[in-house]
Amino acid sequence: MLTIDRRSWLLRLPLGILVLVLVALCSEPVWAAPQEADPEYRALPFISSRVLMWAVAELHLMFAAFVLAVPIFALVIEFIGYKTGDKRYDQLAYDFTKLLSVSFSFTATLGALLTFALIVFYPALTQYLVKIFSWTFLPYVLLFFLEAFFLYAYYYGWGKLSPRLHLFLGLMLNIVGTAIMFIANAWLTFMNTPNGIDEMGNLTNIWEAINNYIWMPINIHRIIANVAFGGAIGAAYGAFKFLGAKTLEARAHYDWMGYIGIFVAICALLPLPFAGYWLGVEIYAYDQSLGITLMGGTFSWLFIVQAVLIGNLFLAANYYLWLSMARIPGAERFRGFIKYLLGIITLCFIVWATPHSLVATVEEARAMGGSHHPILNVLGVMSAKNTAVNLLILTTYVSFLLYRRANKEAIVSWAKTGNWVQFGIFAAVVIYVVFLGVYGYFVDAQTRIGLSRPQVMSVLFAMVSVTVIDIFLFKNAKSRGEIVWGKISARSQYALFFLAITFTWLMGLMGYVRAGMRQHWHVYGVMRDTSVDAFTPTLGFAGGVVSAIVIVFFLLIAIVFFLAGLSGRKDWEPKSGSRWVRAKASAPTEDS
Amino acid sequence: MNLFVFLAIAAAMVLIQFVVTRWVKLNRLAWMGIWWVALWAAFSYGINPPLPNSIILLFMAIITIALVAYLSADNEELKQAQDSIVRFMVARQYRVALLIVLFAIPAAVAAWTYVSMNEAPQPPSSGRTIHPPPPSSITFEGTAIDLTTANNPIRELQHTDEAAFAEHVANGRRIYFENCFYCHGDNMQGAGMFAHGYDPLPANFNDATTIAMLQESYLFWRIAKGAPGLPSESTPWSSAMPAWEDFLTQEEIWDVIIFLYEFTGFEPRAQGMPH
Ligand code: HEC
Repeated sequence: MLTIDRRSWLLRLPLGILVLVLVALCSEPVWAAPQEADPEYRALPFISSRVLMWAVAELHLMFAAFVLAVPIFALVIEFIGYKTGDKRYDQLAYDFTKLLSVSFSFTATLGALLTFALIVFYPALTQYLVKIFSWTFLPYVLLFFLEAFFLYAYYYGWGKLSPRLHLFLGLMLNIVGTAIMFIANAWLTFMNTPNGIDEMGNLTNIWEAINNYIWMPINIHRIIANVAFGGAIGAAYGAFKFLGAKTLEARAHYDWMGYIGIFVAICALLPLPFAGYWLGVEIYAYDQSLGITLMGGTFSWLFIVQAVLIGNLFLAANYYLWLSMARIPGAERFRGFIKYLLGIITLCFIVWATPHSLVATVEEARAMGGSHHPILNVLGVMSAKNTAVNLLILTTYVSFLLYRRANKEAIVSWAKTGNWVQFGIFAAVVIYVVFLGVYGYFVDAQTRIGLSRPQVMSVLFAMVSVTVIDIFLFKNAKSRGEIVWGKISARSQYALFFLAITFTWLMGLMGYVRAGMRQHWHVYGVMRDTSVDAFTPTLGFAGGVVSAIVIVFFLLIAIVFFLAGLSGRKDWEPKSGSRWVRAKASAPTEDS
Repeated sequence: MNLFVFLAIAAAMVLIQFVVTRWVKLNRLAWMGIWWVALWAAFSYGINPPLPNSIILLFMAIITIALVAYLSADNEELKQAQDSIVRFMVARQYRVALLIVLFAIPAAVAAWTYVSMNEAPQPPSSGRTIHPPPPSSITFEGTAIDLTTANNPIRELQHTDEAAFAEHVANGRRIYFENCFYCHGDNMQGAGMFAHGYDPLPANFNDATTIAMLQESYLFWRIAKGAPGLPSESTPWSSAMPAWEDFLTQEEIWDVIIFLYEFTGFEPRAQGMPH
């Protein structure tokens, strides 16, 4: 069943949790032996209860992800400000943090809604999960209160507490938030890969139930994905403020905010495929059927959609960097490179998005001699995809490198040699990565899977070594002029919106995959879904629901942006001569 | 690949770059159009066997996005492109050309409609699930077989008793040519004498994405239960693959599986290996 998209068991509102805890601890007998009359499911009049659960859970998860992510990089940025003494960083960190308090309330409200919906619509399942996990609720509630405390202390204490104490609060906020997520992840991953129970589904070992096959992979995957998502939403906020900015300073500041936000997002995006890979491997290891459902069956089409979206992410990120060069004097020198970078990106994008099995008519299939195209087949396999994604990462890095050195001219004596060494490293790594990719076609599957590791390591090596050289190369470099923040076209800001929306969509889509792969099970292999909704919806329907959720999320986020923007406004003053003023002025006479 | 088409396209591009530009200056918008057409032609006519439409659509969508990104990545170029469009629409000298374009667009739509209405009816293309997840166990003549752990019992002989193994391969060959080759073909490319009548086509075992990436227990399931045993996600068209449990014994099925791998030279996927 897809209903309780348990992705989002992050039950947030203390009230909601109290209900659960009370249920678990006090009314144990009632729940342990439900009367026969107790329904297993309840339905809604207009919308299936599954779709409602799905939407609420996903929205809750998105806000939770945001609330967990922002403190991570806000803290880092604040720390940079503290170390360098640059006030702008402190201001930036505060700007991000401003988004937190409203989002936190939204998360909590949605969490409460999720809890209630679970209890009302899926009482039997809820009861089962409560029975298994009753132990985890107490620490969860305690942590939740701590989270609220640290979050508000961090927010309201800005500039009021000593920097060290404030940083400490931020650190605690992150630790507590992560712990909360880990607990909630245990509940939902248990539904995918249940563990620590006997044949009858009774709990035998709570730790095994928590530490099930995909608990750790999901934990790691989510931390990284949250940062990417949070960065993108933060960048969208920057873009939103940029487009509405009235002064040059505001434009400059929010341009910078958007840049930092998307920088954070892209940095987090890069390791994400590898975390996802680990998750996939664990799913296979738990149950091959589950693995094939995920990667080979109906759901594999969603991975094609995912590939297209990720390709778009890379393209948009590069596009943003290229447009960003407009704000740097001297960047004209690098304009000519853009078309080659774009060529490589497009090529990799095409390889990355080429599906393994194709949608074809019989006639087309006949012409191809089967359901697979002999040439496309070469692109559809793992070796090609890994090579493509590694080159995408490397190209994006080159765009960034050009951006970084746009206004700099190296003055060190070995500048020429340094450039050649950097170029040599790139060339060598590209050749090596492509070589491994091609070599992958000639070896057995086990070896091939092993090849993805040296590919990744060599790309990492290139990025690190070239960066190190770059730092020394441009030490005390001659500057062609300062970066003019705010001098950038509006298009770049729309690219930021595009990135934020794409990230969100991706999250909704893959969340559905994780939830949906259990098919007609609530708890895979243990508790069957016997409701009327125990079927896998069509891809089109699922895509529609996910898109609707994304739209609702952005409506809510718009509210968050609006409210966060209020704090920066000037105090309200009546416009002279406005009717309101006159009314007010005449009010006393009426009163008297 | 159709090398000739590629060469022709490349030659046309070179011609434009070095000859045509002497008379007309081409801005980035024009170049975008040229690249778009060139790539479309390459995908549509340059590759043999032709790519399915769905793929051309996907590729061209990506290329369109990339080209638009390129055009708008530079403020100057974007402005030039916009200006040239506006000029085309308002300047007197282009009036005739504009009229032609205005008529050409609906005419092209009409022509396209006409052509597509006249095509022979075809079943719609489908994203069928070719390799659905297997059930965890099946029953074969009353005994349960656990597919997650089942191994081909004949495999062991490969290293312990080569003569016996060869016998099983020979038996598999006999079974294959008595039963399977009508559909899967004499060289296992899925092009047997009956194949043209079926949709979906019989599997091509030489293809790297069929038996080469499957476990032997998976094959056992597919051969024993055939199309009738496919789960619903493999619909709307279940294949013509018969359920061989009614005709072959367990050992015969394992034998023919061995033969499929021996003949194609593939190794089965090992148990418990990630995808
Ligand atoms: C009537 C024609 C026909 C005959 C006879 C036939 N097959 Fe098939 N076979 C098919 C079709 C059609 C498919 C399905 C391809 C698909 O689902 O896309 C198939 C699929 C398979 C598959 C699954 C391949 C995969 O990639 O999932 C195997 C294995 C297989 N056949 C083996 C055999 C064997 C062994 C025999 C003889 C004992 C045999 N077939 C006889 C038509 C036939």
